[in-house]
Amino acid sequence: MLRIAAGRAAARSSSRPIVNAKSVPGVCSSCSTNRSARRNFSSSSSRQADITLTVDGKEVTVPQGTALIQACEAAGATIPRFCYHDRLAIAGNCRMCLVEVERSPKPVASCAMPAMPGSKVFTNTPLVHEAREGVMEFLLANHPLDCPICDQGGECDLQDQSMRYGSDRTRFHEITGKRAVENKDLGPLVKTVMTRCIQCTRCIRFANEVAGVEELGSTGRGNDLQIGMYVEKTMDSELSGNVVDLCPVGALTSKPYAFHARPWELKNTESVDVLDAVGSNIRVDSRGLQVMRIQPRVNDDVNEEWISDKTRYAHDGLRFQRLTTPLIREGDRFVPANWEEALTAIADGLKASGAQDNEIQAVAGHLADTESLVALKDLVNRLGSDNLILDQQLGDKAPVNGIDIRSNYLFNSTIPGVEHADVILLVGTNPRHEAAVMNSRIRKSWMHTPLEVGLIGEQVDTAYGYSYLGPDARALADVVAGKGDFGAKFKAAKKPLVIVGSAVTEHADGAGVLKAVAKLVQGHKAMLTPEWNGFSILQRVASRPAAYDIGWTPSKAASQTTPKFIYLLNADEVDPKSIPQNTFVVYQGHHGDVGAQLADVCLPGAAYTEKSTTWINTEGRSQLGRTAVPPPGASREDWKIIRALSEVVGQPLPYDEVLALRDRMWEISPSLVRYDVTEPVTSDIALAGLKTLSSRTAGVAISGVPLKKPISNFYMTDPISRASVTMAQCTRAFVKGENYGFSEEEKTGQASYA
Amino acid sequence: MLVRQVARLAAAAQRRVSARALHASASRPSDALFVHRDTPYNNSKIPFSFTPENMKRAETIIARYPPQYKKAAVIPLLDLGQRQNKGWTSISVMNYVAKLLELPPMRVYEVATFYTMFNREPIAENFVQVCTTTPCMLRGSTEILNTVCEHLGGLKVGDSTKDGKFTVIEVECQGACSNAPMMAVNDDFYEDLTPKTTKAILDAFASGKKPKPGPQSGRHTSENSAGLTALTSKPYGPGEHCQPDFQ
Repeated sequence: MLRIAAGRAAARSSSRPIVNAKSVPGVCSSCSTNRSARRNFSSSSSRQADITLTVDGKEVTVPQGTALIQACEAAGATIPRFCYHDRLAIAGNCRMCLVEVERSPKPVASCAMPAMPGSKVFTNTPLVHEAREGVMEFLLANHPLDCPICDQGGECDLQDQSMRYGSDRTRFHEITGKRAVENKDLGPLVKTVMTRCIQCTRCIRFANEVAGVEELGSTGRGNDLQIGMYVEKTMDSELSGNVVDLCPVGALTSKPYAFHARPWELKNTESVDVLDAVGSNIRVDSRGLQVMRIQPRVNDDVNEEWISDKTRYAHDGLRFQRLTTPLIREGDRFVPANWEEALTAIADGLKASGAQDNEIQAVAGHLADTESLVALKDLVNRLGSDNLILDQQLGDKAPVNGIDIRSNYLFNSTIPGVEHADVILLVGTNPRHEAAVMNSRIRKSWMHTPLEVGLIGEQVDTAYGYSYLGPDARALADVVAGKGDFGAKFKAAKKPLVIVGSAVTEHADGAGVLKAVAKLVQGHKAMLTPEWNGFSILQRVASRPAAYDIGWTPSKAASQTTPKFIYLLNADEVDPKSIPQNTFVVYQGHHGDVGAQLADVCLPGAAYTEKSTTWINTEGRSQLGRTAVPPPGASREDWKIIRALSEVVGQPLPYDEVLALRDRMWEISPSLVRYDVTEPVTSDIALAGLKTLSSRTAGVAISGVPLKKPISNFYMTDPISRASVTMAQCTRAFVKGENYGFSEEEKTGQASYA
Repeated sequence: MLVRQVARLAAAAQRRVSARALHASASRPSDALFVHRDTPYNNSKIPFSFTPENMKRAETIIARYPPQYKKAAVIPLLDLGQRQNKGWTSISVMNYVAKLLELPPMRVYEVATFYTMFNREPIAENFVQVCTTTPCMLRGSTEILNTVCEHLGGLKVGDSTKDGKFTVIEVECQGACSNAPMMAVNDDFYEDLTPKTTKAILDAFASGKKPKPGPQSGRHTSENSAGLTALTSKPYGPGEHCQPDFQ
């Protein structure tokens, strides 16, 4: 007996009204409650009894309401398909998934047919083959035979399935030739060759349901049906790259990757994304020394199978602005050096600066991996300093939320848990930019359930409707008091969730906001139960949870000390003014960005695709990134650089290999090396954490400075994406709204590809 | 100056050569483009809104549907907009309907491009739609279509006359097969056509009159043109065969 997961079938009702505030200009600026009323009423379908049916003589048990195609899959029969996708609504328009059902006069489309108890299904009969061959013939009738120049070649569903169901000759002899459809300009990321489209509408369903781009649709009818926006528009979404993966043919391909590589030339490395703190699971496809593309990997607990455009396309930043050799500053220029010279220069600089104890400062940047953080903390501690600060606003002080208890800085509800919440309060965050993939889960929940969302902070387009409560901490006081419409709903919620943005801790009013949040959480019975922890901090920087986990925080004495020696570990957000005169600065990282410019010595590290290191995501989930390509030039894995430096400065660290270092990590916190799981904090400890938070913030007054969104340009948040050409084009197209000059080129350049 | 111009022309020619498309066959949509291109007469900056009377009608139409299924009113409202907008649905009409129904505009574009009776290009004062589906074709619709085109000065199907009085298109079955051949002018059906009656109808429209719609052969409706063969007796009136009590 086989069983499959329930719930897919719930994503079925395709006719729900999909409206967000953005797409209806001028209609409702104030009627936030109205917005939510435009969703359908039905909540998710209740799970029903299991049913048993026979597929190809094999009995299989599935939950009632499961699509027949899933029942067939569960029985081990592979069903060809184009339009069906288990994370999208069912369309049933490609007809490729036809199967034979006993006592049914015609073959049935298994994706649109619910599995019925006792039915006998055949997936491998002459009737089925003939039917599928007929469908394939129609699909190929208007499909150009341009596989040799098509980027999808080698990973094309149509190509693969035509190998089995396609005819070896054509019966199509129309004098007018095949249909031709003009290409659409969807922006700098998605390239379109619309003539290849087979109208499966996966992209439309993804854009409307998941990404919240309601401008994509189908125009015309019959043979003239085409996918597009009708008016000239680009696809402005931070998830748009996923339509490239979804497209079963070569109609939507990746523009930056166009004609760069074939799938069979690529080496696939399973890794983790670090450009935000979600820790999306990715597959790095590399050829030789270069990362050619990044694809999502399925992980239902983290990113389902989507990744954001930054994750997918920022990798070309790994080729530019790289530090490839150690550099030593001489006057106002950098001189290339070898490792020995560079490390000696640092040891000399440390001695010459006269830095003692807390005057040695280490700054943890956005892209620092856990191993190097641990090594650097050990080194700095051995040198007698506690001056470990973060590369952010107020990073030189211990964070207001306190890091003694994990639940005070992690996303405790977990990312899949977002879908269980019935009321979500966003405080000082725009999850669409800080955790784009997680935001699609909120949207999913908002679409399918009566979820209520409230927002405190800067007003943003979240891709779902929300009640705007106010710009600052005072609005939070109303929610605490249960005032207003949303306050009342929050009070009554069974699984309330407060998502506090990491920018709040960097804000002058952060202590006041967290004080109010702590009060809110403690005053709500459903907030903190053994099953549910509704207090979540959304980190937006990949290295931050790891830094907190290992106790990367300055002591009180240290935060008042003026440093004489600063070690910037991937720190590129530093304010040059914050570095005192005559300080000796070391920068370790992979890009020549802000941090490197300030340095006296630059040490070339490895980027996330070039090292096998641990990353802790915002939930506290520890995941292993893997080396896809070697680091360029003389650059080295970061923890090894620190280990080598420790030798030169006379405080050798006790680990020589990464496994020994991971043993050290285990000593610090076992959760750091328990990969792929989140370890929930028990409600008692979480409550203790909130109590310490309350006591830390006891006397704080609220100044009422509005909370600001931390990310103004989603496409450029770190040295890698800032160095990326594609991200620069996205910035021009989507953030600045310029004509980025790509579409013109497209119109004239076709022949050169042919 | 001249040299530069020549050089520019040469460069343009070269560019054109390199811009040749891959496919030799042109895009061949069945009757219209299914994308919008901004033109001086059709762009989203042209304002459109319902007149007060039409707004009242629109409210009645919207009230027919449950409030959460307001979008069901999209077809009647587009029709109303098309009628107000001189018989064609401009992008402004679609955007206005979308705004009124709180729909993403694309949902309205999808509907407006799907249904062929929404004209997305301007039409003339009199919209002549000649049916050429099988029953009409068997009864001589080809001749009627040719007559219409010739009589209006050698128009091609889909074109409008220069004076802006007539647009001619070929349509599929209008459901008046028993009175074939037929054509529809604006909202009225003209049936049982011959080339002669067709010309007369067009002339009447040209002079601003409105000929009587319906069969042009003297038939009343779709009864037998050779006279009735059954039910020829006088139909009995109310109460005729009833018991006296009920008479």
